[in-house]
Amino acid sequence: MKPLLLWSDLLIYVLVLMLCLFFLRLRSDPQTREHWRRVFSTRLGMVTFTLILVYVGIALLDSLHFRRALEPVAGTQSSERFYDNQVTSALDVMLGGMGERFERTYSSPFALISFAKENMKDENGALYRDFPQLEHAGRHLSAPAERWTDVLKKSITALIWGLLISAVLVGMQWAFLRRSSLPWYASWLTQTTVICLAVWLVLISPYYHVLGTDRGGADVAYQSIKGVRTAVLLGTLATLIMLPIAVTLGVMAGYFKGRVDDVVQYLYTTMSSIPGILLIAASVLLFQVYIDLHPDFFSTGMEKADARFIALCFILGVTSWSSLCRLIRGETLKISQLEFVQAAHAFGVSHSRIVTRHILPNVVHIILITFVLDFSSLVLAEAVLSYIGVGIDPAMGSWGNMINSARSELSREPVVWWTLSGAFFFMFVLVLAANLFADLVRDAFDPRTGSRVATA
Amino acid sequence: MMARPNVLMQVQDLRVKGLETGGTILNGVSFELKAGEIFALVGESGSGKSVTSLAAMRLLPAALAITGGEVRVAGLDLFELPEADMQTVRGERVAMIFQNAMSALNPVQTVGEQVAETLRLHTSQRGSALRQQVLQLFAEVGIKSPNERYSFYPHQLSGGQQQRVLIAMALACEPNILIADEPTTALDVTIQQQVLALIKGLTRSRQLAVLLITHDMSVVRNTADEVAVMYRGEIIEQAAVDAFFRNPKEAYSRRLIEALPNLADFHSAFEGEALLELDDVKVHFPVRKGILQRISDYVRAVDGVSLSIGRGETYALVGESGSGKSTLGRAILNLDRISAGSITFQGVSIHSLNRRALLPYRKKIQVIFQNPFSSMNPRLTLREIIYEGVDSLMNLSGIEREQRITVLLDRVQLGAEFSQRYPHELSGGQLQRVAIARALAVEPELIICDEPTSALDVSIRAEVLELLQELQSEFGVSYLFITHDLSIVPGLAHRVGVMQSGRLVEQGTAEEILTRPQHPYTQALLASVPRVDAAESTDSTGE
Repeated sequence: MKPLLLWSDLLIYVLVLMLCLFFLRLRSDPQTREHWRRVFSTRLGMVTFTLILVYVGIALLDSLHFRRALEPVAGTQSSERFYDNQVTSALDVMLGGMGERFERTYSSPFALISFAKENMKDENGALYRDFPQLEHAGRHLSAPAERWTDVLKKSITALIWGLLISAVLVGMQWAFLRRSSLPWYASWLTQTTVICLAVWLVLISPYYHVLGTDRGGADVAYQSIKGVRTAVLLGTLATLIMLPIAVTLGVMAGYFKGRVDDVVQYLYTTMSSIPGILLIAASVLLFQVYIDLHPDFFSTGMEKADARFIALCFILGVTSWSSLCRLIRGETLKISQLEFVQAAHAFGVSHSRIVTRHILPNVVHIILITFVLDFSSLVLAEAVLSYIGVGIDPAMGSWGNMINSARSELSREPVVWWTLSGAFFFMFVLVLAANLFADLVRDAFDPRTGSRVATA
Repeated sequence: MMARPNVLMQVQDLRVKGLETGGTILNGVSFELKAGEIFALVGESGSGKSVTSLAAMRLLPAALAITGGEVRVAGLDLFELPEADMQTVRGERVAMIFQNAMSALNPVQTVGEQVAETLRLHTSQRGSALRQQVLQLFAEVGIKSPNERYSFYPHQLSGGQQQRVLIAMALACEPNILIADEPTTALDVTIQQQVLALIKGLTRSRQLAVLLITHDMSVVRNTADEVAVMYRGEIIEQAAVDAFFRNPKEAYSRRLIEALPNLADFHSAFEGEALLELDDVKVHFPVRKGILQRISDYVRAVDGVSLSIGRGETYALVGESGSGKSTLGRAILNLDRISAGSITFQGVSIHSLNRRALLPYRKKIQVIFQNPFSSMNPRLTLREIIYEGVDSLMNLSGIEREQRITVLLDRVQLGAEFSQRYPHELSGGQLQRVAIARALAVEPELIICDEPTSALDVSIRAEVLELLQELQSEFGVSYLFITHDLSIVPGLAHRVGVMQSGRLVEQGTAEEILTRPQHPYTQALLASVPRVDAAESTDSTGE
């Protein structure tokens, strides 16, 4: 086994660490703490945040990559070890080889036979055409009729295991948090649901393809789960690349005004008058050419896909800062006219100190709100970009690619609906959770919705 | 009063509660509105006077609920009516005008159209007859050349004119009850008088019953027939205006009346060395046009002002909004660059100094702003706020620094336990004390007070002014007191300067200006100042 650190793995861990530090620092400000408390004192806040954490957890697990050592080929006398070209992650291990059970082509959820007929030979050697048995589904059954009772039995076992595991986890949390006034039970309920589902999926997937298989015979449930990392990473990374650009330029424009303001305004006006998709498509294609010309930079296909992915994040980040920049410029203009900033000027406080002490803390709510709101729109943007073919490399699982393939599947008869549904379900839960959470964050942090007079 | 005028609206035992907090907002408010009379509901912010009018019209925000009482208009119990009937009551029987005329008018429609719109809803007149009636209304509310103004947009009219349009709109449906919620608070004093006179005139000519909501005792004094004082959701005193001002019963009412200044008590003229001298100071803001931002014109905010302030002296700079008085203050603080002239502080000309060279003078000139809520960063504790200047301008040892905050907070009557609080936990009056402490922290020699009391309730206003005066005699600090309110000048200022459109039209000792004003603008300002002795004199500004 050889660990492999992709650039995006490194980034995601650095990012999560930075976010944790940021939130820890925010805790020191009692007003901010009060706002977060308001977010988490609602059941909706607890549920959505738990869901987001689950997604982030999956993404983190999926970012521990390694390459398996290959068994020495019999007959060769080499001390050198060879490693699999296929990159595996901790999540793959936990899912128990779910991604390694390939079929020939499409099969519907819980199916025992393939979706398409094939030529086969019977015992007598006569050629006939029928639906072949799947290789990794229902092989343990003695008769196809037992399928649903078997599924039910396995589900009940899974439920019991799931409840047991969540009882232990929730019990541990309860021991620490029972005195808290926040609605933790909402979070516990969500955790129990998620754990039961996960245990069920892990236990049942060796016997059936829960969400069927796609054109290449790969398990759809597995692919949907692999799409989580891509989405979460893209959402956070692109936003975090965009934030410093938007905040720096916005605050500078709003604070120094005059020439600086002119330059920044010209920049973002120009930026927002170029069609975004065109710019993104052009940049991605340029970078793809670069990757193709330098195959020696990348030892595995995964690394290539990863490079393209990071490039996409950068491009999305660099092209989407203008709206936040405009917001922050406006807010800074307003705040720098407020009397406490005037008073600071009268006290001879330096520019940098005024910006860090008076301006930034008062635009943080905008940054936070934008961060959470943009997250979901970027996840959706990825789907759109993959759909038009300039998104994530097909080697890297992503919902956009799955939806892209649905184009031809939905026009088949009978219709192949499960690839689209799988991607849609996972994306829908994440985006809905992120949007609802964003709403709560906005309600809590936006001074206009609060009862408190902040800048009035 | 000859015969008992007929009662048009009766409010009985009105009670309102907050739904979320459960707190009582109104606790049994009762009064009557009579035709041809103005009933003034007076109180400080939060006393429930606006809630009273909104509740009576069933226009309360969703967070408040009426829990009891009844409102009768022409025999109808308004709380029993279905909403559709209530609509007609609101338009045809009761009309309302609000404080902020600009936001009550639709900015993309001409004012004539807006009034016509209201008329169209309630009359069958159309075409030129409709227009004629709008013009007639405009004439009635004193809009000059109504034919021309008909096609003006709201932003083309001044605040006073806008308020007149609103009144015309309110009168369009011929209501017999008018509710005026702080109708003149947003207006300059001289305009305020005219609008109040208009309301008073209309009350008599149309036999309206007017509910006038205000925080301003001088408005009550000059306009109302009957007055009720509200305090924490209750009417604590109700009387005819003359009787009320002659002999207020409640201590709280007395305090409100006493907050009206005494115009007879002046500081003696000031003799002493000059601390700050302004010589022909001009602040012009360029107006830029076109894609190349060429300067096409200048806004002459301050246009040649010369004055001097002595050590320990208070100089009051009086003028209406837009007269350039605040800009002048900002120019002295070097927050705005001056275009011409010179500013000399202790013999050193400070207007041309750079950021670093200015630092020693930053310490000597400090500022207190109008709005205490926006003059403090809501995210810092009071301790951090007060130390901001100390840390940037002074080198204090640890112990000295620690002691300073205790001394300062004590001095402004707050106490050291406030140091860890955040601004939103304090009231306006307390915050303004913190602002004073913050300015004093760096031991300044001149404090520019930019309308420091106009955002405060009247009863607190006097306390803050008193504190400022105490501090002056204690530390010998000079004040440049910027205000629009001539009434606080006596007893506070040694000298007064009157500003109009960027120029200093008149200056002199407080006594000279207030008793023998020379310039017509000063005279107009002075005429609009409320006087305590007005109770005895006949009403001169009324008609």
